[in-house]
Amino acid sequence: MHIAYPVVLSSLLFCTGLYGVLARRNAILVLMSVELMLNAVNLNLVAFDVWLTKAAEETLHSGQALTLFTITIAAAEIGIGLAIVLAVHRNRGTADIDKLRDTAEGHETDGPGGPDEATVTTEPAAGQTEKAEATA
Amino acid sequence: MTTTTLAVLVPLLPFLGAAVGLLLGRTAPGFVRPLAVLPTLTAFALAVLVAVRQGGDRPVNAATELTPTGSIPIELALHIDGFAALVAVLVGLVATCVQIYSTGYLRDDPRYPSYAALVSLFTSAMLLVVYSGDLMVLLVGWEIMGICSYFLVGHYWETPEARAASLKAFLVTKLGDVPFLIGLFALAADAGSFRITRILSTVADGGLDHPTLVALLLLSGVAGKSAQFPLHTWLPDAMAGPTPVSALIHAATMVAAGVYFVARLLPVFAASSAALVVLAVMAAVTMAGSALAALAQDDIKRVLAYSTIGQLGYMTGALAVGDRGAAVFHLLSHGAFKALLFLAAGVIIHAAGTNSLAAMSRMSNLRARVPDAYWTMTIALLALAAIPPFSGFFSKESVLGAAEHAATGHAEPIPGAAGWTVLVAGLLTALLTAAYATRLWLLAFCGKGAEAPDHGRQPRTMTLVLWVLAVPSLAFGALAYGTLPDWFDGDDLAPTLTTSVLGTGAALAGGLLTYTAWRYTSAMAVRVPLGAVAAHPEGDAATVEAEAIASHAPAYGGTASAPDPADPARLLLGPLHRHAAVGFHLDAVYSALFVRPVQAGASLVRFLDREVVDTYVHGAGALPRLLGAAVRRAQTGNVQTYVSALLAGTVVLVVAVLVVATGA
Amino acid sequence: MSLAAAAVAAATTTTPPALAAVETRGFLSPTGVEIAFLLVGLVTFGAAIVTVTTRQLVHAALWLVVALGGLAVEYLLLTAEFIAWVQVLIYVGSVVVLLLFGLMLTKAPIGRSPDADSGNRWAALTVAVAAAAALVWVVVDAFRTTWIDLDGPAAGSTKATGESLFQNWVLPFEALSVLLLTALVGAIVLSRKTKTESSSPSVNSRGATGSSSSVPDSRNHPIGRKGQAEQEGAR
Repeated sequence: MHIAYPVVLSSLLFCTGLYGVLARRNAILVLMSVELMLNAVNLNLVAFDVWLTKAAEETLHSGQALTLFTITIAAAEIGIGLAIVLAVHRNRGTADIDKLRDTAEGHETDGPGGPDEATVTTEPAAGQTEKAEATA
Repeated sequence: MTTTTLAVLVPLLPFLGAAVGLLLGRTAPGFVRPLAVLPTLTAFALAVLVAVRQGGDRPVNAATELTPTGSIPIELALHIDGFAALVAVLVGLVATCVQIYSTGYLRDDPRYPSYAALVSLFTSAMLLVVYSGDLMVLLVGWEIMGICSYFLVGHYWETPEARAASLKAFLVTKLGDVPFLIGLFALAADAGSFRITRILSTVADGGLDHPTLVALLLLSGVAGKSAQFPLHTWLPDAMAGPTPVSALIHAATMVAAGVYFVARLLPVFAASSAALVVLAVMAAVTMAGSALAALAQDDIKRVLAYSTIGQLGYMTGALAVGDRGAAVFHLLSHGAFKALLFLAAGVIIHAAGTNSLAAMSRMSNLRARVPDAYWTMTIALLALAAIPPFSGFFSKESVLGAAEHAATGHAEPIPGAAGWTVLVAGLLTALLTAAYATRLWLLAFCGKGAEAPDHGRQPRTMTLVLWVLAVPSLAFGALAYGTLPDWFDGDDLAPTLTTSVLGTGAALAGGLLTYTAWRYTSAMAVRVPLGAVAAHPEGDAATVEAEAIASHAPAYGGTASAPDPADPARLLLGPLHRHAAVGFHLDAVYSALFVRPVQAGASLVRFLDREVVDTYVHGAGALPRLLGAAVRRAQTGNVQTYVSALLAGTVVLVVAVLVVATGA
Repeated sequence: MSLAAAAVAAATTTTPPALAAVETRGFLSPTGVEIAFLLVGLVTFGAAIVTVTTRQLVHAALWLVVALGGLAVEYLLLTAEFIAWVQVLIYVGSVVVLLLFGLMLTKAPIGRSPDADSGNRWAALTVAVAAAAALVWVVVDAFRTTWIDLDGPAAGSTKATGESLFQNWVLPFEALSVLLLTALVGAIVLSRKTKTESSSPSVNSRGATGSSSSVPDSRNHPIGRKGQAEQEGAR
């Protein structure tokens, strides 16, 4: 099999994930896109491992081992990432990445940033009232 | 101890008192009063001792050079002749009296420690000026006096008058001091030394190259310090300071320093007849103008201030006719009776609760409230008006006699014009002096109207020194005119018949004229109620005075005059009154000549700085600010934007690297 | 083997000394495996595209299942069977489930949400297309003459992978287990409430207040379970 097939597929998947990371608003969708990127890399690793195993008589199976490690780390990453997203959601009442703009420069960001900030400032209060309900 | 050691101690003791007083003022308030009075008292005693030992004999000279100072050496030198010894005694006496008086006058003042220390420092500086035999050391004392005067005039710095007055006093005297310094340098450059003895011997040898230039430069400093026309305008305003300060600095001592300086260096001035004529004209204008202005003042202290200017004019007049003996004689007697006048005026202001003569003329029985001040002030006013046998008569007659001597051409190097100028102005001023002295006395003590408020007896420290000073005011002239020539140059100081008759006649005429006018106008005083008294009449004298100064302008429409139709001066001066009250508009002239150009220049500089220089600065900052705004706009806080930019950059870089690597 | 060596040389130098190899395996004559790979790859790619563009968040997760499953099939086609099953187990079985939990717990809207994409979309598209073009260009240019030999024993059989893993990679493997443990603890710490809040009776009120308020408590357990499951799966 020509190696271009898996490699090109891997590249396309990676860039799809890239697009998702950059374009998606919901943090969980961003995490999904990250998974896509990781899987693209996995495909790359497997393809080269198979090729090198036969072509260079390489017996370490480093590609496949690394793939397993990547899968494990991706699982850990998704666990921690989701915990962070949920903590943010609990504090801010939103999981939208482009509303988390505390590092923005002052309040002079006009354009799309303005109304978003207003919602950011109001929504923690809403989250607090929900928590108050929960504890009641 | 040798006379030299004693003489060194005389300025040193008040200086140490001032230093210790400043250090201990806050931590040990109990020591402040002894530290203020005792060093000055000791210095006075030592000055008397020095005067007795010197005794009018050969001058005591001593000098030590601390360190080489270049081509012209500066030495710590003493030069004590009869003038120095007697002036030091006067300074010590008045300073001691003022220190004692101040303990009562500023009884409750929280700033008394620094006040007393500054007075001590001033005393030390004045004694340094008196004893110094080196012009540079003299200048040090001269400038220390100036800065002390600045601080002390501004003692009531809560009032805007005092702040403005202290600044004005400082700036105007500095205006004279700059040419003075240049004159000192020119003199020293000609003589090759700052020592007075060497300069005098150089002058005697005719070694002075530019006598007129040097004399005129020095004269400007003298005019500033001694409040002579046209640099006299600071002195009436300086009355915004506490009364003891006015008595010590602005009546008896510091303002006399200029006269004393000219007296010391009289041969330098005498070397230039032009300088003498200038001095004579200056003295004449000062005398006559200040006497007219004094007649129109409402503030009792401003009357005395203009009177001081006029009496200093007598002294410079005596110097202009080349008789320094007469000048210093008048300096001594004037120092005593003018200090007494001021101190008594302080008592009166305290008792009346106002410094306005118009208000006092509407108080009856003020003399019974302050009998000590009444009697001593009467003595001092008689001395001021030069009525025999008070001390002022003899000293003033010595001045007039010297002027007549010069006018008739008997004093050879002195131009006769100077003599005539001084003589005519002196006689005119004698009349006016008696007039304003009578007016002051009548308005202050013969008021009709409501009873003067009764605040009980004045502090004993304040009344005692009045009598101490009344003694020389009464007797100094008659006792001293015979012996003083031994201490001075030897010229006869006895009054001559012609001038005595003329001067006393003028004085009597002035007094009678004022009395008549007062009889005519005083009836009107009842019809026009006027006056404002201090808000806290039970406070100490300094508080009352500060309030009186602060309330004078709002109550009477000006610091100088009051719209009082019962004032005899209005009748006497007629249309001139309006101009005399404001000092013949000299302040307005200065304002137009100096203040406004300086302010215009300041606003021009401000304009240049704000609008021109800052434009460049803002321009230089505009581009970075623009870039900053652009970069700030990029800081949206949106992580996805950041990552997009990062990855876009990565792609661009990778493509660039690939393109370069493959050589495409 | 000489051909393969030539192919390696070609891959590293990108000079064409092995034109003979190209001729033996025509580029325009795909084998059956290649066709199958291509078809599955298209499905995978399409599913990935839908995943990152769909406006329905839950559908995105489901399309992700399709994409990841497609990848598992690709692994099988590349004879990496152990990886393929691990992929199915962990990704399709647990990660996607975890993501779905996350969506639910953050109250993600069911149905079409008009604002699923941020305003950054066009910049993202530009960057992604540029990156894709650059990557595809580079890899196609670099591996023009490289072929994978899929004949012979499977390169990724469970036996081969296990031997390699426990002979050569045992130390990193154990280190990885420590990493997983750390991630487990970290996830618990992150999602735990503060002490005062955890003592409050929010557990009891879970049923009454609905989904969002009970989020913090119920979150610990799936993550904890997930961590263990991942560990087992990885082994």
